[in-house]
Amino acid sequence: MTLTLAQLQRGQKAIITDFNVDEIPLKLLEMGCLPGNEVELLQVAPLGDPLYINVNDSHVAIRLETAKEIRIDLINEF
Amino acid sequence: MTHNTIKVALIGNPNVGKTSVFNELTGLNQQVGNYPGITVEKKVGFSKLSEYTKATILDLPGTYSLNASSMDESVVIELLMNKNDKNFPDVAVVVSEVENLKRNLLLFTQIKDLEIPTILVINMSDRMDAKGITLDIPFLEAQLKTKIALVSSRKKTGIAELKKLIINYKELPTEPCLNASSIDPDYFNSLRRAFPNQLLYKLWLVITQDVNFSNLHRKHIEENSFAKPKAELKRLQQKETIKRYQFINDTLKVGYIVDKTKATDIREKLDRILTHKIYGYLIFFGILLLIFQSIFDWSSIPMDFIDSSFAALSSFAKTHLPAGVLTDLIAEGIIPGLGGIVIFIPQIAFLFLFISVLEESGYMSRVVFLMDKIMRRFGLSGKSVVPLISGTACAIPAIMAARNIENWKERLITILVTPFTTCSARLPVYAILISLIIPDKRILGIFNLQGLTLMFLYMLGFGMAIVSAYALNKVLNIKSRSYFVVEMPSYKVPMFKNVGINVVEKTKSFVFGAGKIILALSVILWFLGSHGPNNTFHNAEEIVESQLQNKEISGEKEDLIASYKLEHSYIGIIGKSIEPVIKPLGYDWKIGIAVVSSFAAREVFVGTLATIYSVGSHAEEETTIKNKMAAEVHPVTGVKIFNFATGTSLLLFYAFAMQCISTLAITKKETNSWRWPMIQLAFMSGFAYTVCLIVYQLLK
Repeated sequence: MTLTLAQLQRGQKAIITDFNVDEIPLKLLEMGCLPGNEVELLQVAPLGDPLYINVNDSHVAIRLETAKEIRIDLINEF
Repeated sequence: MTHNTIKVALIGNPNVGKTSVFNELTGLNQQVGNYPGITVEKKVGFSKLSEYTKATILDLPGTYSLNASSMDESVVIELLMNKNDKNFPDVAVVVSEVENLKRNLLLFTQIKDLEIPTILVINMSDRMDAKGITLDIPFLEAQLKTKIALVSSRKKTGIAELKKLIINYKELPTEPCLNASSIDPDYFNSLRRAFPNQLLYKLWLVITQDVNFSNLHRKHIEENSFAKPKAELKRLQQKETIKRYQFINDTLKVGYIVDKTKATDIREKLDRILTHKIYGYLIFFGILLLIFQSIFDWSSIPMDFIDSSFAALSSFAKTHLPAGVLTDLIAEGIIPGLGGIVIFIPQIAFLFLFISVLEESGYMSRVVFLMDKIMRRFGLSGKSVVPLISGTACAIPAIMAARNIENWKERLITILVTPFTTCSARLPVYAILISLIIPDKRILGIFNLQGLTLMFLYMLGFGMAIVSAYALNKVLNIKSRSYFVVEMPSYKVPMFKNVGINVVEKTKSFVFGAGKIILALSVILWFLGSHGPNNTFHNAEEIVESQLQNKEISGEKEDLIASYKLEHSYIGIIGKSIEPVIKPLGYDWKIGIAVVSSFAAREVFVGTLATIYSVGSHAEEETTIKNKMAAEVHPVTGVKIFNFATGTSLLLFYAFAMQCISTLAITKKETNSWRWPMIQLAFMSGFAYTVCLIVYQLLK
């Protein structure tokens, strides 16, 4: 099963693998939310949405529905 | 050598301190206006670069890239695409921030593709040590094909170097730093063949955007079958973005070294508290309380002072200037009119002070983050919080602040419901009506009944905004893709100079914008109230005298003449003709006049009643407007005019009705259609009328 950004736990890091371009705002791409880049979930808003992420050194908040469109691979840290 | 003026455009992402650089370059030597036809703020400043060289500096709206997603961003692209524009810059200064250099450079590489001489400013260089950042400036300059100025607008360093670079702009290289057309060589080659005289990147921007360019028509390109489906264009844009980031990452790998062990970050700790599920909201509501406290309590001190000063000035003018029409105009029309504008300065200034501090510090983005989910239940966005808070000062800047909301439906709903929030213009109306109908008592020993009523009216305004947003969300059938990307900037201590300039500029534009209308209306009202159409007005004195002699009426002669004159003046005639419509709400013709004149600005209500009751009476008389209103009785029944039922009905009318021409005008401008302001007017006023009708009939 593939993971999406929406399933990341707070503090976890991952690599973006793929997404459906049509569902992602261009502005988010420009912030550096692109396949191959690292993403970390920093905070989750009190009601579980939106998510506060660090991607490509950009600190941005996105909604859960956008996060669900972004597929990721977890980075395992030992 | 003759004097020489260089045109400079400041370009950059939001939150990089572009405005601080602008303020450092220009000082207070700046002008704020609008771009023609749209409400995007246009800031131009002047800077003396050297003895012989001056510069006009255009502070363009913040943008993340040359792919416009808002009106503000379109301004940047349209200017940079049009060489014939009189503002087209000789040199572009791209402002970036040392911590976010990677993202800031995306815009920089796009500007370079337009082959304009470009300087790169790396701002906030004072934070390099704290973040463990070292820069290889010569390497970066060579790779990015530019000159770099390392600036700290906070520590005021690097500005002299920047000025020098601007003076020598002709030495700057203009070639692009990467070849973006390699994302689809075939397509771009055929484009180049079809339009050999045009810059390839410009063509690409025209194909991908909805912006207008004067000398390059989209139609022309589409006719030549260069149009592509939207999805395919977006895929290409993604490829382009990836390509640019590859170049930027390769460049920064060598030129930008971060020693993470030296980095200290308070962002994480602050975020944990400020976006906490309990503390986060507590802090936010604490800040809101502080804002309201300042607007309604602290600012009452300067406001009372302004109020009494203008009253004193008016009676001074009346007693010291030669009697006549001109003196009446000055003392009863112009001075009270000016007073009605100046009195709002303290509140507006306090509000803009808070909003500007919250935005500069980076806290506002956290509020957006906290509130988004809650607001979305009502069809609004987290970004609607800023307009709704600003609405407590004035709906006009508040509606303009809704521009940050990318989703059209959420933005439209925000614009439509913002006028329900209690703006500062309603405050004087509420204050005087509450003091008339609510007893000045305390309940439970601490809560003042009048204060509680005022708070209830504020809650009512917010509540109504939220409820109608919910209704609009169900009713409006607009398909609009959810689109929510909010940058969370690092926390900064707000710079006094930036906040100060912002407060002064915003207050000034409010005073001169709304002020003109209020002043004009005050003068018109004075005229209508002191002139009448026929003999009954002109012969008021004789008529009253004969009525007195026949014992038809009784009372002080002077007052009777004044009120008789008013009743037969133009304004009295207008008031009486609308009386049948407003009578079921409990209003007489005098209140009717005040309500109608409120359409220019609500606070005119109090001023109008003041005019209605004071026109013609002695200037020395010291009865305040409140006492006069309290003493008004119905001529036939002898019942007090401002009784509980009428007062409540009036309060609710002011809470709900759309009564501000300026707000309707700004809604028209922002939605680009008369449809929405008309709906706003019909819905709000219709609702207000219905509620007041029911309430008055029940209470009477």
